[in-house]
Amino acid sequence: MARKDSGYGNPVVYAAALMLIGVMLGPVIYIIVGGFRTNSQITTDPAGLPDPWVTGNYTDVLTGGTFWRQVGNSSIAALATTAGVVALGVMASYVLARYRFRGRGAMYALFAAGLMFPPTVAITPLYILIKNLGLVNTLPGVILPQIAFGLPTTVIILVPFLRAIPKEIEEAAAIDRCSRLGFFWRMVLPLSVPWLITVGILAFINSWNSYLLPLFILNDQESFTLPLGVQAFSSQYSVDTAKVLAFTSLSMIPALLFFSLFERRIVGGLTGAVKG
Amino acid sequence: MSSDVRGESAALTGDASGTSARTGGGAQSPPPVRARRRGIGWAQRLEIVALSGPAILMFVGFVIVPVLMAGYYGFYRWKGFGVPTNFVGLDNYVTILKDSNFHEALWHNGQIVVLSLLLQGPIAIGLALLLNQRLRGQSVIRVLIFVPYVIAEVIVGTAWSLMLQTNGAVNDVLRSIGLGGLAEDWLANPKLAIWSLMFVLTWKYVGFAVILFLAGMQNIPEELSEAAAVDGASYWQTQRRITLPLLGPTIRIWAFLSIIGALQLFDLVYIIWGQYVASTAGTSTMATYMVVEGRNAANYGYGNAVAVVLFVISLFIALVYQRFVLRRDTDGALTGGQ
Repeated sequence: MARKDSGYGNPVVYAAALMLIGVMLGPVIYIIVGGFRTNSQITTDPAGLPDPWVTGNYTDVLTGGTFWRQVGNSSIAALATTAGVVALGVMASYVLARYRFRGRGAMYALFAAGLMFPPTVAITPLYILIKNLGLVNTLPGVILPQIAFGLPTTVIILVPFLRAIPKEIEEAAAIDRCSRLGFFWRMVLPLSVPWLITVGILAFINSWNSYLLPLFILNDQESFTLPLGVQAFSSQYSVDTAKVLAFTSLSMIPALLFFSLFERRIVGGLTGAVKG
Repeated sequence: MSSDVRGESAALTGDASGTSARTGGGAQSPPPVRARRRGIGWAQRLEIVALSGPAILMFVGFVIVPVLMAGYYGFYRWKGFGVPTNFVGLDNYVTILKDSNFHEALWHNGQIVVLSLLLQGPIAIGLALLLNQRLRGQSVIRVLIFVPYVIAEVIVGTAWSLMLQTNGAVNDVLRSIGLGGLAEDWLANPKLAIWSLMFVLTWKYVGFAVILFLAGMQNIPEELSEAAAVDGASYWQTQRRITLPLLGPTIRIWAFLSIIGALQLFDLVYIIWGQYVASTAGTSTMATYMVVEGRNAANYGYGNAVAVVLFVISLFIALVYQRFVLRRDTDGALTGGQ
């Protein structure tokens, strides 16, 4: 198949691409479609299509309170985390990008070092810290560490962008008697909205999917977020596979919806960061 | 852990290429401390503190302090209540280093690190080459390939553990296409479990690598491959001699993120195999060992000591990698980047 020219329509490429899509989406479709089956259907024919389609599993989950309570908890945690990460992140990034002061390099290195260590290594002492703060089983106990662990990414994505804002704009603002803080508020923030959305989305999805931290901090069913809920549900109803599948696919929807709405921002943010 | 890698990679790569672009790629020396900080007024200092203070406080409070506290708690036998008093010196560390369960976990982590690189790397490069061709619907495929990456680890774990059961969908599909002989106990068989894990990991994370590599490929000026074509190079020659070498920095940064993620792997193993099965199935990792022996057994002193060991191993590997592999690409995230 060696071709000089990549060509417009190599059928082999299309076939490979289709197979790829099948492998990537197969399991996702399996979960969603499986929720429309009954347990006996799943037992007799694990990989078959629903026959007939039943909606009972989905309506059961949707009419029960558990699912919605967990959606609520996850939403609060994710929104608060996002707000915190974006607000604190943009302020710190602004300082790192546009002030000259002793210790700036060290401050940058501090955040950059945080990139190397996801919460795994800190989780045990973090749990004790949260316990001492009296925040076990509360959402702030999850939100505060998530903000802290979200900052390195945010800072390192935002700093190059904020640094690239032309000096001339700042000087023009200064001539118009705009203070540096005024410049930050009136010029920098509006200019950086697209980037703030990107880092915000990353923080949101991270929080929405987060498992380890809530596993340690939230032990009370009332405070469970969706990932903990999915796991609790699947062990509680381990014989009711169909219902587990329905619950799982419903809990997947928000992240997928969010992703499909902001896909360009997420992928563009990642690739844009690569391009520097 | 793994979900966090998502953002980090963007950041790291962003920093890396940004830095090399700014410094023209050649600047390896640490950034000179310029004597340009003349005349920082009080107002400006106040602004610096007010703007960056909250972020630094949060970061130090919830990231740095816990890591340091782990070092302190690790010297105690402690159930997690009150102030630790039963100082045991290095006992916890001795126990860890002697525990065969930890050795196994470490060995599994090592396998996962190497296999992740060997499986995901070539697959992702192949897919990126495929998607880098003129292809209708390319943007749709890119989105779809990224879907597993956005789905929560818990959901991925739950779904695959259902599908990989002996009477699950995977074996059913194998039987229905006449390959029933291949049906296996994918999760409990210790010979297979690590490969099942690798399969799920590849499925979940390969999309991220593809996206990174694609972005890297699209950074390569088209003139280069055009010039190669003029010189009569075949498609494969062009890819091997031009695309792959120029993709080097992207690949090296991806490999770094992959290694760090693999060392700290927790979610998927814990969800699919649970706290008891992972060690018998041969998929336990240092992180699952830490949670099982520390939190679940309420031995918080011991758990903290495991955290320290995990931290030291990760830090060591990260520094070695930055020193010897990433050095030519970046000034290194750890060394300041500016």
